[in-house]
Amino acid sequence: MMPVETSSLGRPITVEPGDFPETVWSVREAWIDRIPRSVAMAGLLIVVLLIWWGVHHFEIVSRIILPSPQEVGRDILTVGANILSGGYMLDALWMTTKEVLWGFFFAIVIGFSLGVLVGETTFGEKAVMPYLVAIDTMPKVAFAPLFLAWLGFGISSKVALAAFIATFPIVVGTAAGLHAADDNARMMFRTLGASRWQTLIRMKIPTGMPQIFTGLKIGAVGVMAGAITAEFLGGGKGFGELIRVAASQLQTPRVFSLILYLSVLGFSLFWSVVLIERKLVFWHRSTVTGIDDRH
Amino acid sequence: MHDTFPQTVREVGRESARPVYQLRNVSKSFGNGAIRALDPVSLDLREGTFSSVIGPSGCGKSTLLKIMAGVAPPSSGSVMLDGKPVTGPRREIGMMYQQATLFPWLTAVQNVLLPISIRDGKAAAAARLQEARELLDLVGLAGFEDVYPRQLSGGMAQRTSICRMLITEPDMLLLDEPFSALDELARDFMNMELQRICMSRRATALLITHSIPEAVLLSDVVYIMSARPGRFEEAVDIELPRPRTLEMMTTPEFGAYVRHIRSHLDEGGFSS
Repeated sequence: MMPVETSSLGRPITVEPGDFPETVWSVREAWIDRIPRSVAMAGLLIVVLLIWWGVHHFEIVSRIILPSPQEVGRDILTVGANILSGGYMLDALWMTTKEVLWGFFFAIVIGFSLGVLVGETTFGEKAVMPYLVAIDTMPKVAFAPLFLAWLGFGISSKVALAAFIATFPIVVGTAAGLHAADDNARMMFRTLGASRWQTLIRMKIPTGMPQIFTGLKIGAVGVMAGAITAEFLGGGKGFGELIRVAASQLQTPRVFSLILYLSVLGFSLFWSVVLIERKLVFWHRSTVTGIDDRH
Repeated sequence: MHDTFPQTVREVGRESARPVYQLRNVSKSFGNGAIRALDPVSLDLREGTFSSVIGPSGCGKSTLLKIMAGVAPPSSGSVMLDGKPVTGPRREIGMMYQQATLFPWLTAVQNVLLPISIRDGKAAAAARLQEARELLDLVGLAGFEDVYPRQLSGGMAQRTSICRMLITEPDMLLLDEPFSALDELARDFMNMELQRICMSRRATALLITHSIPEAVLLSDVVYIMSARPGRFEEAVDIELPRPRTLEMMTTPEFGAYVRHIRSHLDEGGFSS
């Protein structure tokens, strides 16, 4: 063994006392980064509203094209009152909501199934994927007249276009998610003798959840666009029709306020997806650290 | 030919113990034999012995391990485990990898139970919950059973993956650089744990490593490989008493083994 006793090798750490200044770092943060989030958001809104008001007040553009913020504000209250009192606008909103929800439902079912087919099987990857890419590059809104001709002017043509637009991001997200598992995880499942089904359900799909939800979030935005576009082109009883009629009568304040209520619907759908993601994919970095933890 | 090792199977370790793994002329090539990944390998792993394979990157160590684990077929030769040919994953094999490969949506104890749950179903896994907790307790993870992997350090994650390997009570451990991602201190600790586990279970182990001291510290026999194509050059019997301790790493005998292995790796064209 070692001839030297190890404990005799060390020595106490002694240094001459020094009269140095404190090491102080001056970290300067730009003032714009120090504004609290809520103040920044409110401030920006006020600035935009002021510019808007100015443009209207000094008639920089025609007052027919651009109503004043006050007019839009009053109309928001009018529409809100109509919706809350169960007026015809509530029926229209409910109609559009149904179209969006059914469209999203079909998009999820079809998109997820196709995504698994493409991401998991060689047949899907080699035979199905090229066609999906080809269709995806087409402007999907252009299919709207076809859906109207096939399904009529009722709710089903709107659901179809909404689902059609939202399906592709979900396919892509699911297929990408199934490829996200690393070699170690695959190797481990193989050595455990896991079946293909087990590997898919217990490893590949959970691993791919973040990508699948990215597809769902893009799809949730697309489904709104699909439903409204179909209403513009095919009439019906939804919010899109109300917007079209208001615009044709040059009721621009009404158009603005209807769009605002539509965005509430879109926002709710998007955030429902985000909340479900946070619940299901609690383990992923993207859902644990949000965009707002810089401060 | 290679009269040193490949064709004659050397009797090493506890000569009396029965061979668990028997490899005869196992080779692997890709592209219709154009690329030789692994030249014919023959070796016996006897029950309760610890063997290491050491060699430069790209020497076919991982290929060999995949063949032994039954996840890749050999191009030629025979692989026998307990007298039966290895043609797919086998229950008596437990594996560890360089990465802990814990699944982030499962708690530590659920990760440990994953092999049971995949092989025998969720009910079987639930029945072994207590056992899994005791295993985690054994490796110093009491109180971390229901924690998700993101809250575990690298060493804790790797200890969890040891438990996942042990829950199936494997007789044969295949270890693919299991601790190379850990820092030196954690690694020493884990190596001692590994020895304790192997000795207490009389498990047979094959360790693939880049670290010569690690190979000498743990092994009864160290196999030296050369690269491109992967070939077994020599077997070195490590005749240090068991249990091995970290203090042994400073002895002249230990140093002699390390020097010998290093010089042979250099001969094999190990340039780095």
